Amino acid sequence: MAASGNGQIRDFGDRNFKVLGTRPIRHDGVDKVTGSAVYGADVRLPGMLFGQVLRSPHAHARIRAIHTSKAMALPGVRAVVTGADLPAPASDDEVIDLGEGPARIKYLRDNVLATDKALYRGHAVAAVAATSPQVAEEALALIEVDYEVLTPVVDVLAAMAEGAPQLHAGLTTKVFGEDTGKESNIASQVRHELGDVQAGFAQAAFTAETEVHTATVHQGYIEPHNGTAQWSLDGSLTVWTSTQGAFTAQKQIAAVLGLPVGRVRVVPTEIGGGFGGKIPSYLEPPAALLSKRTGQPVKIVMTRADTFEGTGPTPGSCVRVKIGVDASGKLTAGEAWIAFESGAYPGSPVGAAAMCVFSCYDFPNAVVDSFDVVVNKPRSFAYRAPGSTHVAFAVEKVMDELAEKLGKDPVHFRLDNTAKEGMRRSDGVVYPRIGAKECLEVARDSEHYKSALTGPNQGRGVALGYWFNIGYKSAVTASVNTDGTVQLVEGSTDIGGTRTSIAMQFAETLGLAAEDINPSVGDTSSIGYTDVTGGSRVTYATGWAAYEAAQDVKAQMIKRAALVWEVDAAQVEYDDGSFRTKDGGKSIGFKELAGKIDATGGPVVGQGSVDPEAGVGGSFSVNIADIEVDPETGKVSILRFTAVQDAGKAIHPSYVEGQMQGGSVQGIGWALNEEYSYTDEGRMANSTFLDYRIPTCLDLPMIETIIVEVPNPGHPYGVRGVGEASIAPPPAALSAAIKNAVGVNLTELPMRPDRIVAAMTAARPASVAAG
Amino acid sequence: MSKIHVTCQINGEPQEFLCEARQSLLEVLREELGFTGTKEGCNDGNCGACSITLDGVLVDSCLVLAAEAEGTQIGTVEGVAGAEGLHPLQQKFLEHASLQCGICTPGFLVASKALLEAKPNPTEHEVRHWLAGNLCRCTGYDKIVRAVLDTAGQGS
Repeated sequence: MAASGNGQIRDFGDRNFKVLGTRPIRHDGVDKVTGSAVYGADVRLPGMLFGQVLRSPHAHARIRAIHTSKAMALPGVRAVVTGADLPAPASDDEVIDLGEGPARIKYLRDNVLATDKALYRGHAVAAVAATSPQVAEEALALIEVDYEVLTPVVDVLAAMAEGAPQLHAGLTTKVFGEDTGKESNIASQVRHELGDVQAGFAQAAFTAETEVHTATVHQGYIEPHNGTAQWSLDGSLTVWTSTQGAFTAQKQIAAVLGLPVGRVRVVPTEIGGGFGGKIPSYLEPPAALLSKRTGQPVKIVMTRADTFEGTGPTPGSCVRVKIGVDASGKLTAGEAWIAFESGAYPGSPVGAAAMCVFSCYDFPNAVVDSFDVVVNKPRSFAYRAPGSTHVAFAVEKVMDELAEKLGKDPVHFRLDNTAKEGMRRSDGVVYPRIGAKECLEVARDSEHYKSALTGPNQGRGVALGYWFNIGYKSAVTASVNTDGTVQLVEGSTDIGGTRTSIAMQFAETLGLAAEDINPSVGDTSSIGYTDVTGGSRVTYATGWAAYEAAQDVKAQMIKRAALVWEVDAAQVEYDDGSFRTKDGGKSIGFKELAGKIDATGGPVVGQGSVDPEAGVGGSFSVNIADIEVDPETGKVSILRFTAVQDAGKAIHPSYVEGQMQGGSVQGIGWALNEEYSYTDEGRMANSTFLDYRIPTCLDLPMIETIIVEVPNPGHPYGVRGVGEASIAPPPAALSAAIKNAVGVNLTELPMRPDRIVAAMTAARPASVAAG
Repeated sequence: MSKIHVTCQINGEPQEFLCEARQSLLEVLREELGFTGTKEGCNDGNCGACSITLDGVLVDSCLVLAAEAEGTQIGTVEGVAGAEGLHPLQQKFLEHASLQCGICTPGFLVASKALLEAKPNPTEHEVRHWLAGNLCRCTGYDKIVRAVLDTAGQGS
């Protein structure tokens, strides 16, 4: 039984594999189509209480006092906790690394339960445990919070302005790492410089520039956050939660609660989507406090509205980009100014945006200024290729404008300037072998790009996007069963089929079948430290750990064969599922030898642990979008859409296609529909899936895919992470398509129907507009 | 507060339960009866993760009061597979890799089964129209729609 595929694959490596590139059924598939897979909200423990969280109705307020006695008096209520119940961190500056960015413990703690100030509507201020969720909810209404309401600021430029409401007393701007001592909502300013930008612009025959604005959008996973905690009388804490990283959750929970990590065990359940948004812990610390207080396990599950108002999102932004080209069409200089709304606390992915902004092209001279700005919105967290989509929207628009000025095809113009091996980026990174050129060439040569549009008000746009991917730490253990199957335990939570992509790399290394490997996700007590499922790192790094574990198993099994044959281990070799002596005299299959492990020394347990620093291969994605605009309503219909992406090696092509399709569709939602609509008081006015509209299947055509395989030299099988780059191109590709369809250049996301109609009306000659 | 006594059938088996007047059928299925295959994504009828059939009609169980289930036949994801094995839709969802995180999958399977029972040979547009009430954030829907069309093609 194998999966089927529809997309195309273009392999630029010369490689033959037995398991890699096939499409086995995922190992956890039956559990997930029958409803038996256990997600965070499905956890149920004996004697369990139910928690609810009280959230600030104000976007910006000082908390003068919280009175909980009336809530405590409600029958069925067992405990109420507030921010005062969390221990103060040892120092204000203590920082922990979350895998996709560091976080200051004080801010994590204040975000979990506010102390002195509520900094966004939806900010948690207290939590209740009761015998039922309904009683807990009733109790919330009995908690009295004395707020001094303050003026909020929810826009990045307004927050940067002199005299803006200040979120944090004592927050001073760090410029290029140096503390200026100046109080401001600007937490930091960073600059990257390459070459001489002024000289570069002086050489330019043409320049183009834009300023774009992007709305706050949410990761939009269908499963709301949850956390179940059991505090034992022996002082240890066990937490069940759907998280992108059990160890990252362990680290945060321990830090916020002031516990040593060894006292906290995190059991990751199945996880219903994350996209970066389930790296932070929200509910686990209050559930733990409530459990400690009551001596009973406590489960808290978020509502959808709280998930919108209290978690995620990705920053709103303002991005300015200017690029120069010489008369031959070669880039001479680039200049970028990037300001991100970090939300309530500093730490937006603006640094990643600065790394990505000029990552796709060969800029001899560049300067990038980036600003991390606090506003009265939820603390932003990673969202698929964090920061890259914002800047791709700006850069790709400018690239299109320059192609037009030069009279060149936009794809050909990009190919003239594509990033390549050996190029130094403005942030200092020098590229190893990358697939930007191959992706563009495959897009250029695709049937889609060569096809003609068929009607009025139709347009095509093409854009290129990038994500650098991360390596980080992973651990895998492999225990050989006597029937020749293998129990594989890995530390990466499986958010989209990675049990299988890891197991396949293990199977390939030993010449076994993917079906003979039984992969499972360990908890923090059963597997070595493993970083988050994020940064497109799991198939890359945890797959590499599985490769190492397979090598370890191979070495141990060679010794067993040597024992059975009474020869020196150096005389035994292994190939394609069989051990044999080098003289060819003796041979035994893996399964047959596995049957002899009990008699030759007992269990064979292999292990692999990796922390790849160099060798992480970035991934490029090209999207081609054909659209039609309804000139009356401004509605954009997507007629055809193709995603091209470099996977290095697609371990399981169906799940690679799924990442490409899912990422592009999130980018389409970001481009056309999605935004946090704020009232003047800083309240999100659309915190339901009805009003915060993610794409439905009726909004989309099939998403065609072409997987490009330019092997990553930094991985045993040439793998590049594929989870993220495809979200970056859609806003730029769709804005180009809209411009080509109806002649309007939209610089604000989302490109809503009303904005398109307004732009079309403004573009008409006055006499026509008046009529 | 006195509770309401409800008798119904779930996946063909007789069930009875006590519920409060305010409780949704979703809450009772998950919290009282242990049918946790039915998922909660929004609790306001906008995501379809809690899709079930009620007397053969596709509904969001978060929008049905548990007390309304009296005398009804309820179908959940737990009843999609039979004693003989996976339903063809479940098989096609696996073959097409139609799920990533899997949280929306039960709802899509229940909704797709209801579609094919109402309309055995739907067009792509009909599939997309029928499934527009089920949100998936991972897949971009391509592989879900293909799995449903492929299942219909084999005449299930």
